[in-house]
Amino acid sequence: MAVENIMPSAGRMTRRQLLSMIGTAAGSSVMYQAATSLGYAAESEFKGPPSLSGAPKGASVLILGAGWAGLVAAYELGKAGYKVQVLEYREKAGGRAWTLRGGDTYTELGGFTQKVGFDKGHYLNPGPWRVPYHHRAVMHYYHELGVKLEPFFQINYNAYVHSKSAFDGKPQRYRHVLADFNGHVAELLAKLGHKGGLDGYVTKEDQEKLLAAMQDWGALDDNYAYAANADTSNRRGFEKDPGGGLSGEPVFSKPIEFSQLLQSGLWRAIGTGSGYEFQTALFQPEGGMDAGPMALAEKVKDKITFNAKVTEIHQDNGGVTVTYVDTKAGGAVKTAKADWCLCTIPASILSQIKKNVSPAMEAAIDALPYEAAFKVGLQFKRRFWEQDEEIYGGISYTDLPISLIAYPQSNYGSKGKGVLLGAYPWGPFAYEFAAMAPEERVKKCVEFGAQIHPQYRQEFENGVAVAWHRVPWTLGCFGSWTPEKRKEHYNNLCQIDGRILLAGEHVSYLPAWQEGAVLSSLDAITRLHQRITAR
Amino acid sequence: MHTRLLSAGLLAIALSAAALPAVAQRTDAQSSDFADARRFSYQDGEHLYRAICQGCHMPEGQGAQGAGAYPALAANPNLEAAAYPIHMVVNGQKAMPSFGYLSDAQVAAVVGYIRTHFGNGFAEPVTAEEVKDTRITP
Repeated sequence: MAVENIMPSAGRMTRRQLLSMIGTAAGSSVMYQAATSLGYAAESEFKGPPSLSGAPKGASVLILGAGWAGLVAAYELGKAGYKVQVLEYREKAGGRAWTLRGGDTYTELGGFTQKVGFDKGHYLNPGPWRVPYHHRAVMHYYHELGVKLEPFFQINYNAYVHSKSAFDGKPQRYRHVLADFNGHVAELLAKLGHKGGLDGYVTKEDQEKLLAAMQDWGALDDNYAYAANADTSNRRGFEKDPGGGLSGEPVFSKPIEFSQLLQSGLWRAIGTGSGYEFQTALFQPEGGMDAGPMALAEKVKDKITFNAKVTEIHQDNGGVTVTYVDTKAGGAVKTAKADWCLCTIPASILSQIKKNVSPAMEAAIDALPYEAAFKVGLQFKRRFWEQDEEIYGGISYTDLPISLIAYPQSNYGSKGKGVLLGAYPWGPFAYEFAAMAPEERVKKCVEFGAQIHPQYRQEFENGVAVAWHRVPWTLGCFGSWTPEKRKEHYNNLCQIDGRILLAGEHVSYLPAWQEGAVLSSLDAITRLHQRITAR
Repeated sequence: MHTRLLSAGLLAIALSAAALPAVAQRTDAQSSDFADARRFSYQDGEHLYRAICQGCHMPEGQGAQGAGAYPALAANPNLEAAAYPIHMVVNGQKAMPSFGYLSDAQVAAVVGYIRTHFGNGFAEPVTAEEVKDTRITP
């Protein structure tokens, strides 16, 4: 009995019954795999929301920052009976889980202001934009709060891989590069095997299996060649697709020559989707990435003070006092007090705020540089990538400074306009975009993108560009840990320092991911609750 | 190169690659900008400033203020001792990343540029040797 055949009815039996059934039918190794997928055997990072029972009456926690980390803490601590207050620098919640829509205005550091010109329903997620299925904590909150999800295609076999210095700058289809690379490598290995080149490395028995595997994996013919035929066209696509009737005879496509493929460097782009973080299934919230934190913020809206710029964090035996100014209303400096403080302010900002924490925590906060990253959203008059090129969602990769183009993953086939992600570089390219005025960044991205999609020139309407080092409330994209820094500082960053503890993506092993922020928050409030209730 | 642009987990690897002597092939750019994905290709101080520093420290070196601040480089007395800005560029500080993958000559050029512009009058030249020494004793 195959596991998948009994899964649909699993809802009507207990997990234990199900496991025992699998165990009986298929032996213990299948049982172990099934147990792992149900979250029993292997340790899961997320074991459900924390159970914080027995909170002392009147115990209070002041939370700094209303992004994922701060909101999850406010929501869970509030449910547990703690008195909770949240201070947020911005005028709204969400932090880096941020969505820019038509009509929004964004002013970056230096005073450069952009008015987003997208039509209704179109948006850019300047920060996180996809959620893999195994980001269980974020998925839990999506499900609990009723956030609607759409599939996010990391890989689109019909999207492009492109190099300005290969194939005369003409973009190639992902499926051609993938099938041909695998096929040629398989053929090479088969040739080696037949000439005795694997002797001494692999036993004769294993060589037989390996040759069979290469034939299968690479779509090699009876002579172990990767050639133009039905099998290879079934991988890389046809020159003329099979059809019906008299006109239906297919024409097989011709593989790219191996040396040309190797020299093109395009093979660099075919592995991305096999990374754990990018494996199917991935999701995006319908309508924009801020849907998650917005749903959480709705649950704790009476607890959040917006436009609050923290200027000092002071703790003593009596509690924590945070000094802040109202950036909109101005006026006198204000204070907020609580027994404890959970600070989710990015280390880039926190390192500049006066605070009395231990030297070890201070050093940890000061040790974390923040990375450059850049995104641009471009609105076009029509969805030419779908209409002209049959690219529905997914990502094209390029070695141009824009690094990639990602197509909208909703409203397929719409006759109206479309907004795509026109760039997402890190590193030197991202610094160079950050150093430009916003309109110049957009212009450059249109120029670069037109090398892949010439339709850009005719169809472009407007764009918005976000360079993370110019974002006033983060001064960078995310905390950049190295193994050495983590060894020296990470545990110190995670400690309960007197009455203060930290959370956020920078306090996790999942930097830059929403999941890191949520898991760090759950870890922090669980430890804080233990500390409080142990007294 | 493309994978690293997507995965935070791989960034550390990519950065250590960037810190090595440039292995990536230098490519001709479509414009005078954006020559290389792994490093900055400009050699002169002004181009380096315009491509990197002004992203945070702003076009006139005036710095910026949000929830946190980027210090102004304009009329900044801390630039008088060249060792200080050299140290900052090579090692970074707090949220400012290290630009240690710039060559000694590039660091000297950009530090020389900020020390002689934006109202800073520290005319004494900055040499690649000084940068080299900073790398040895951070």
